Amino acid sequence: MLFDDLHLDLPGGRWTCLLGPSGVGKTSLLRMIAGIGGGDREVEITCGDGKPLHGRAAYMAQQDLLLPWLSVLDNALLGSRLRGEGRKREPLARELLKSVGLGDRLHDRPAALSGGMRQRVALVRTLVEERPVVLMDEPFSGLDAITKLELQSLAARMLRGRTVLLVTHDPLEALRLGHQLLVLSGRPVRFEPATVPPSPTPRDVRDHSVLALQGDLLDLLTQAKLAEVA
Amino acid sequence: MIGAPLFRPFVIFVGLLAGWQAIVIALGLPRFILPGPLEVGSTLFRQADKILPHLWITLSEIGIGLVLGTVLGTCSALVMAYFTPLRRWLMPVLVVSQAIPVFALAPILVLWFGYGVASKAAMATLIIYFPVTAAFFDGLRRTEPGWLDLAHTMNGSRWAVLRQVRIPAALPAFASGLRVAAAVAPIGAVVGEWVGSSAGLGYLMLHANARMQVDLMFAALFTLAVSAVVLYFALDTLLRRAISWQHESEPSEEV
Repeated sequence: MLFDDLHLDLPGGRWTCLLGPSGVGKTSLLRMIAGIGGGDREVEITCGDGKPLHGRAAYMAQQDLLLPWLSVLDNALLGSRLRGEGRKREPLARELLKSVGLGDRLHDRPAALSGGMRQRVALVRTLVEERPVVLMDEPFSGLDAITKLELQSLAARMLRGRTVLLVTHDPLEALRLGHQLLVLSGRPVRFEPATVPPSPTPRDVRDHSVLALQGDLLDLLTQAKLAEVA
Repeated sequence: MIGAPLFRPFVIFVGLLAGWQAIVIALGLPRFILPGPLEVGSTLFRQADKILPHLWITLSEIGIGLVLGTVLGTCSALVMAYFTPLRRWLMPVLVVSQAIPVFALAPILVLWFGYGVASKAAMATLIIYFPVTAAFFDGLRRTEPGWLDLAHTMNGSRWAVLRQVRIPAALPAFASGLRVAAAVAPIGAVVGEWVGSSAGLGYLMLHANARMQVDLMFAALFTLAVSAVVLYFALDTLLRRAISWQHESEPSEEV
């Protein structure tokens, strides 16, 4: 059994980062919260305002999942298209695309964009949904180091104030972005909280506490991995 | 090089004709067994006014068959993709229906639909129905799971997801089915004409064969082959234009 009597608290308006060895169940957990592929597991989600989470969480995956036949703008508006809302979110989509530097690529197809640009479109698509909770599954892991840092800062800036759950295998990413860091380990899964740097996000890669805590976090991850193997 | 894409087919075509003529000369074959390409060419030219009406008949049979078969195939695939329980009932029927050779049905179709265009169009429809249905349905079933997950978190209805995600995503597979259809539709039409007709290229071939007008038979065969090739490439070009994103996203593919 992967999960048993597991309890996860996501502080409102903050970033929670889930780390852990591959196969520990980070992605499964996130997908259960997103309401996709939970199987027959029992999941109980309560929000601080007492309303259900359904329809209030946006999802962003490791693949950009852009539809190759739609333009950048139409991809950003995919949610509106699927719900048949018309063009009411179009001004927002245009503005956001402009602010991530894609203002002149609105009518290009995704195939014409680089990996970093495509993931920026995916980020905008997530933001256009205007949902208070954002669930992200290793959204930056397919990118090169520099693009990755760039997109992390961009995401931290644009998702400020939202409740974010970020699954990642990159300790530096977690330390740059997280307000709560949890390392998953064992079977059934348990959370091991890690120390969070005190400075505001997105933290600089040269930030002393980031650098110092990276070693501690790597130790925690190694232990989690050893526990997994044992 | 200008016209490079047409250069290779042209060389192959001329080479085949030259080989044909060489065999006729080398073996000294009589013209009622195998006429040379020059003779066939001159017959084609002289008797064009006789061949053309038959060509129109055959083309209209193919055209009607293509349209009907595509419409029916598309609807079947959509119904099976949307109404999941229905799939379990329809799929075996579809597969079993393929066990009956369409050629064996030709006499019955002629009996039912008469000697005219209708029975041949029905043959062409039947022969292309399965490839179109199978290819499109397969495409609809193989939607990238990530897209479906994303659409689900966006609260898209089943119908909206089908229309906005699954159908467009299945278009390349659908196009493959249509290409196969364009290639086999002429077979259906001509077989229908052989079984019973009073017009069409298939009829003309049988008619000419029976009168030892082998040059006319070859001229009709050549006309049929050329129109089948033209039909295929016209459809292929059209489909490529319509689904241009497919090639944009697969730049490594050699076109």
